[in-house]
Amino acid sequence: MAGDAKPRLAVFKLASCDGCQLQMLNLEDELLDIAGKVEICYFLEARSQILDGPYDVALVEGSVTTEHDVERVRDIRRNSQMLITIGACASAGGIQALRNMQDVDEYTRSIYANPSYIHTLSQSTPVAAHVTVDFAINGCPISRQQLLEVLTSLLIGRAPQLPTYSVCVECKRKGNVCVLVSRGIACIGPITQAGCGALCPGFNRGCFGCYGPMESANPDSLCHRLAMRGIRRAEILRLLNGFTGWAEEFRSAAEKLEKTSP
Amino acid sequence: MVGSTAPRVSATAILPKPALQRVLDNLCQSGFQLIGPTVRDGAVILDAIRNISELPIGWTLEQKAGSSHLLRTHSTDYFGCPVGPHSWKRYLFPPHFDLLTAHRNSHGWTFEPARDDSPPFAFIGVRSCDLHAISIQDDVFVNGAVSDPHYARRRERAFILAVNCNTAASTCFCTSMKTGPRVLSGFDLALTELPESFVIEIGSEAGSNVLAGVDWQPASAFDLGRVTQIMQRTERQIQRQVTTSDLPQLLYDRIDHPYWDAIAARCLSCANCTLVCPTCFCSTVEDHSDLTGTNTKRTRAWDSCFILDFSHVHGGNSRPTVKSRFRQWMTHKLGAWIDQFGRSGCVGCGRCIAWCPVEIDITEELSTLRSQGAR
Amino acid sequence: MSATTMFEPAAIADPMLPYPAVVRAIRPETYGISTFSLEYLDPAAQAGFAPGQFNMIHLPGFGEVAISICSDPNTPKVMEHTIRYAGSVTRAIGRLRVGDTVGMRGPYGNPWPMQLAEGKDLMIVSGGIGLAPLRPLILEVIHRRSSFGRVLLLYGGRTPQDLLYTGEFEKWQDGGIEMNVSVDRADETWKGQVGVIPMAFYRIRLDHRNTLVFSCGPEIMMRFVIYEAMARRIPKEAIYVSMERNMKCAIGFCGHCQLGPAFICKQGPVFQFSTIEPFFGREEF
Repeated sequence: MAGDAKPRLAVFKLASCDGCQLQMLNLEDELLDIAGKVEICYFLEARSQILDGPYDVALVEGSVTTEHDVERVRDIRRNSQMLITIGACASAGGIQALRNMQDVDEYTRSIYANPSYIHTLSQSTPVAAHVTVDFAINGCPISRQQLLEVLTSLLIGRAPQLPTYSVCVECKRKGNVCVLVSRGIACIGPITQAGCGALCPGFNRGCFGCYGPMESANPDSLCHRLAMRGIRRAEILRLLNGFTGWAEEFRSAAEKLEKTSP
Repeated sequence: MVGSTAPRVSATAILPKPALQRVLDNLCQSGFQLIGPTVRDGAVILDAIRNISELPIGWTLEQKAGSSHLLRTHSTDYFGCPVGPHSWKRYLFPPHFDLLTAHRNSHGWTFEPARDDSPPFAFIGVRSCDLHAISIQDDVFVNGAVSDPHYARRRERAFILAVNCNTAASTCFCTSMKTGPRVLSGFDLALTELPESFVIEIGSEAGSNVLAGVDWQPASAFDLGRVTQIMQRTERQIQRQVTTSDLPQLLYDRIDHPYWDAIAARCLSCANCTLVCPTCFCSTVEDHSDLTGTNTKRTRAWDSCFILDFSHVHGGNSRPTVKSRFRQWMTHKLGAWIDQFGRSGCVGCGRCIAWCPVEIDITEELSTLRSQGAR
Repeated sequence: MSATTMFEPAAIADPMLPYPAVVRAIRPETYGISTFSLEYLDPAAQAGFAPGQFNMIHLPGFGEVAISICSDPNTPKVMEHTIRYAGSVTRAIGRLRVGDTVGMRGPYGNPWPMQLAEGKDLMIVSGGIGLAPLRPLILEVIHRRSSFGRVLLLYGGRTPQDLLYTGEFEKWQDGGIEMNVSVDRADETWKGQVGVIPMAFYRIRLDHRNTLVFSCGPEIMMRFVIYEAMARRIPKEAIYVSMERNMKCAIGFCGHCQLGPAFICKQGPVFQFSTIEPFFGREEF
C-alpha cells in the first residue's frame, strides 16, 4: 500500500447472512493489529461510524439480488481502489442463487401475502457479474486465515497467496482418509478449491463445494464416476447445486447431469 | 535362551505373537515414538501406537482402482492388511515443516533455522515396497550432493521394524517393480507372521538390543521353510504385471501422443496420486509473515506436479494444461526417475491406483500407451 | 539409527537457510529492470562463483527467487543481479534501497564451460534480460582475451529501450568482443541493425569446427539460434543454452525445475544442448 497514510478500508454487505463479515471480527488475536494498521471507514457490523470514500480497499459480502444492489455495487466500485469479494455469495451468487433455476415470480406469489412489496431481480448474481472485481476470497463462510493472508499481503505489498488446488490436497496433508474411496460417500472435494482445511471430510462427510470450483476443475469426469459408483443423480446434484452452485463449472456440470436419466 | 540374551545380527528367531508387545515396550523405553498401522475412519492409517491391540488385527483389504475397503476376517493376523493411504514419508518428510524464521531489526534481516523437536520414530510394520520407497527418498534428500538435514536427522534416528507381506491387495505390483514382497535389507528387525508366532530376522545391533528380555527362540529350518512358503504364496497372489524393460524410452517416445488428451478428460488434477505416493518428494516453500512484516516463518509443504502453481514462471506457466501435468507425473515417475536416480520412482504399492477418485490406474495407462505407437 | 543423538532438539545448519546480504548499489537498467549489487554481511558466506551460476534471493514475507549473477567472477565480494520486476518478490526487491538487507544463498547451478571454451571461437547469442547470465562470461573473456579465439556477441531486444548494459558496449568492443546488436523494432534514435537475433547469423561467417555457441534468452529465440547454428554445421555438442523453470530450493529437493530427466538447478541452468535435445522446446513439457 503506497504512501504513509493508513489504508482506508470499507466492508459492505449485499444479500448475505453476515457470516463472512463475522469472520473478520473472529480474527480475535489480530483484530487490534488490523485496526491499528488500517483506517476502518465503513463496517456497520462492527461500528456505526461512517466515513465517506474513496476507499483503498472495499471488502464486499453478499450477492446482487435487487436493482438497489446493482446501484450500490457500482457505487462501491467507483469509490474503491481495490474491490475484494468475500464469501460464496459475493464471489459466486451464494445459496440464494438456487432461485436462478426457478420461477421467482411464482415463488413470490405463493409465499408473500402482498407480493407487490417485493422488488427483486430474477437472479442472484456474483459481484463480478456487474463490476470488475480485483480479488475474490471464496468460502461459506470465508476462512479467517485466508482473510488474514489477504489483509497481510495488501499491507506489506505483495499478491495474496490463496490455494487454487483441490480440497484433496488439504485432506492428504492432514492425513484424512478419503471418504469417497474408503466408504463411497459422495464428495466433490476433488473439484473444489481448498481453503476450508478439509473440514467436512475430516468429520467423515463429503465436501459440498463451499469454496467453489478449483482451477482446471473437471466436474464431468467426477460426476460420471460418482454415478458409476451407484451414487444417485439427485445426490450428486445436491452437492453441485450448493453455496457455489451458480459458479460456471458447477452449474454447467449440473445442467449436463440434469439431462441424464436419474 | 529365553529372554536372557538377545539374538545376534543376521540371526533368525521365533517368538509367540503376544511377545511383540515386549518389543514395542522396549522401543518405547528406549525413547522411540512408535508409529504403526491402525484402523481409523474405515482405513488402515499410520499413527502413534503403544500397544499391539492397536494394530489392525483381523482386518484385511479389498482394493481396486478408486476403492479401498476394510474387511473383517476370522484371522488373528496383526499385519494381514496391506498398505493404506498413509506412507512413512509423513514422518520423514512431513506434509508441513517449518524451515526457518526471519526477523527484521534496525540492522536488517536475521535468519534462524527452525528447531525440529520430533522424537526418534520406530516404524512398526514397514513393508518391502515402502522400505524401497524410503530408500528412494534417501536418494533425493541425503544421497545427493546436498543433504537435507531435517530429513537426515529423522531418517538416521528411525528404527525400522519391517514386515513381510502375507497378503497382497489386487492393486499390488511389487513383483514387477522388484521391490517385494520379501524384505531383503534396510531394516532393524523383519517379521514374518505365522498363525501363532513371528519369525524375526535381526538386521542391526539396534534390532538385536530391543529383543532383550523378549521370549524368543532360534528359528528352526522348519520355521524358515514356512516363511518361504508364505512368501511364495504372497507372490502368487500378486496378479498385476507391469512391463518395465522398455522404460524410460517408451514414455520419451510418446511425449506428443494424443493419448495424453484422452487421459486429461478423465483426470481431475486433484493431486491425490502424488500425495499418497510414498516416493513423490515435491514440495513448495512459502513465507508467512505477521501484519507488520517484521517476523516471517518459512514453511515447506507437500506440493504436486498436478497443481497449476507448481510450474508457474514469470510471464506464464510451463504446464498450464491437465494433460501436461499428468504427462509430467507419469513420465517422471516411471521414466525420467530412472535417468535421475538409477531406478524407477514407482515401488508398485498401488496407492495411486486405489486412492484415485476416478479410478485411473497407472499400470493400465502404461499398457494402453505401450499398445499405441511412438508419437 | 544412533542412540547418542536422541532427545536433542536440533538447530541444524540448513542448505535452505539464507545469509543476510546488504544492498550496496542499485543501477536502473531499463524500464522495470535494475541491477542490484549485493554483499554478504558475513564474508565467510561468500564462496565465489562461476559465470552462469545463480543465487537464491529471499525477501522475507514475499518469498525467494532464483537470479543469475551478472558481475565479474574475479570480484565476487559484491555480486550483481539484474532483476526484472515481474512477480511479487521481484517487485518487492524493486522497492529496496541501498543499505537494506535481503537473504541470499548460493551460488548454484552448472556454469558456462569456460575451460572448454579456451582456444575456441565463441558465439554468444542473447536476447533481452538473457544477457545477464552471460555478462560474467564476457567480463571473464575480456580479462583473459588471449585465451580465446574470435568472440562474437549477438544481442537483441524488442526495442532499443529493452537492451541491457548498453553503457558497457564500447568497453566490451575495446576488450575484443565483436558486437552485433539488433532490435526487433527500431526508433528514430537507433542506428544499428534491425531484425530478430537469429537473422544476425546471416551476416556472420563461422568456423564451425572451432566454435562454441552460448545462448540465453526466451526459449523461442534459443530454438532458432540452435536451428541456425546447426544449419551452419555447428555440432549440437558445441551449443550451450541456459534454461529457466520455477524453482523453490535450487538444491534438487523441491522437484519444480525438472525438464525430463534434468533438474535445472543441478544439471543446469547451463546445458550442453545435445543432453537435453529430446526435451527442449516440447510443448508444455
